[in-house]
Amino acid sequence: MKQFIGFLHKEFLHIFRDPRTMIIIFGLPIVQLLLFGEVINNDLQNSKIAILDQSHDNTTREITTKLLSSGYFILEEELLPGTDVENVFRRGKVKMVIDFEQNFEQNLERHGKARVQLLADASDPNTARILTNYASGIINDYVNKEKLQNLTLPNQINTEVRMLYNEGLKSVYMFVPGIMAMILMLISAMMTSISISREKELGTMEVLLASPLKPIQIVLGKVTPYLLLSFINALTIILLGTLVFGVPIKGSIVFLTAESFLFILMALSLGILISTIAPNQMVAMFVSVLALMLPTILLSGFMFPIENMPLPLQILSNVMPPRWFIIIIKNIMLKGTGILYVWKETLVLITMTLVFIGLSVKNFKIRLE
Amino acid sequence: MEKVITVRNLVKKFGAFVANDHLNFDVYQGEIFGFLGANGAGKTTAMKILCGLSSPTSGEVNVGGFDIYTETEKVKRNIGYMSQKFSLYEDLTVAENIRFFSGIYGISPSERKEKQEKLLKDLGLESSKDSLIGSLPLGWKQKLAFSVAIFHDPKIVFLDEPTGGVDPITRRKFWDLIYEAADRGITVFVTTHYMDEAEYCNRVSIMNAGKIEALDTPENLKKQFGAENMDEVFLKIARNVE
Repeated sequence: MKQFIGFLHKEFLHIFRDPRTMIIIFGLPIVQLLLFGEVINNDLQNSKIAILDQSHDNTTREITTKLLSSGYFILEEELLPGTDVENVFRRGKVKMVIDFEQNFEQNLERHGKARVQLLADASDPNTARILTNYASGIINDYVNKEKLQNLTLPNQINTEVRMLYNEGLKSVYMFVPGIMAMILMLISAMMTSISISREKELGTMEVLLASPLKPIQIVLGKVTPYLLLSFINALTIILLGTLVFGVPIKGSIVFLTAESFLFILMALSLGILISTIAPNQMVAMFVSVLALMLPTILLSGFMFPIENMPLPLQILSNVMPPRWFIIIIKNIMLKGTGILYVWKETLVLITMTLVFIGLSVKNFKIRLE
Repeated sequence: MEKVITVRNLVKKFGAFVANDHLNFDVYQGEIFGFLGANGAGKTTAMKILCGLSSPTSGEVNVGGFDIYTETEKVKRNIGYMSQKFSLYEDLTVAENIRFFSGIYGISPSERKEKQEKLLKDLGLESSKDSLIGSLPLGWKQKLAFSVAIFHDPKIVFLDEPTGGVDPITRRKFWDLIYEAADRGITVFVTTHYMDEAEYCNRVSIMNAGKIEALDTPENLKKQFGAENMDEVFLKIARNVE
């Protein structure tokens, strides 16, 4: 036990003396979370628009007021009839132009039908789609509530939409679990693999193996500090997500912590596996980034929906551990479900952990022979 | 004299490649045993087996009175090891390195402090106690690495090309440390490329293509091969085999 504590002491000295390691462990999680939570935001606010009102009646004015008071749009300029709309977009000041036809109110009242055109700058397709969705939602809402009450249209179906588990469609709800998966992968898997392969590269691993320390003690000694630090990071991310970004934790916190712990264990065993393959730090880092970080970001469903991927990538995404972890975290935090609903995903993570440990032991033995 | 290493018919194969082909030798207590051979002759492989870093394919190996197959842990308690990439942690201080390695071998803090003081005094490194290893010159690092490898008073210390990359004067000083250790009764098992260093050893074995081709004192070897120095002995053996 004394040997082990001595080992941990040495490991923590390595960590605290290396500025790069410190930045990755303590700076990165917070920066990432703030970046994704605040800056890279899929929610639109204060988008600049222009309005081309060819009718100038009460209804168009009221709709304009509704749009501008929604908080999504800011009126950049009012266009006169006959303005070259394309030229407005080329100047790049506005993202969308709303064009009301002549006699808008009259048409609406007489025929129950009036035309408004939404022109969006689709050089950024995502933004364009979201802007037009928001605008048409507001316009329809207004017309349905204020104008069509008196008119009874036969057999009309009104769809009512409710976004369950994330009513405000806040993207940070999606980012918190994703970032947690990414950070834990990075710290647990990458940092352990680098730290073990560093000992190999420097020749100290041979000295350790020639000492009375058992290989299992060496591996545990290398892994334990990262287990602790990753766990602190997981808690920090959950805390920041809840306190700063208001992501709810509807399920059990104990369960959430336990699942995070399982994921960390999985990532650590993956890190050990990488270190048994990689001969030096560079290779360990390269493998970690290429085999862990990119797939975590691209294939885990964190950024891009898995359903939209081509079939081979969908199949590949099954072996991405973060995919399962993100499902579990979302379920616990947003839906408040218990083990009954995520036991399959949990089982996948447990199996992966065991497979990684098994492969590491096998590799380690081959190397010793 | 007491034997501290006995090797009988040691064979190590990697697939079809035979790295060690029926090695037989003894090493006696307190001697400096030079283990020579060209690159790829199999000396590092044999050394790793003696240190318990690798297991033999067949043969009997006894190190420090313990069987390498069944008493690996006892073997490891009784040896010291210094690899060719001199092996201290660059980002730890001198004192921290000593503390870590003595902790591994279960040396008590009070014993450590006492020995550490003496060690730093002998090496003239008292003022560098809290310097990072990375900031020391290579010669000092190697001396320190050697002192740390024998800090727990092992029966045998294994040195794997310990003087690679340093100038002849520093090498000579390093060998003074080796003599001191041997005087204290520590058996030194050393591999080297440098033939002038072979002259410093009590006995020398020369390996070629996995086999031990010669084993005797440097004087006897020179007589046996009619050579002026160890360099010639080495070249003659290499040519004979070809």
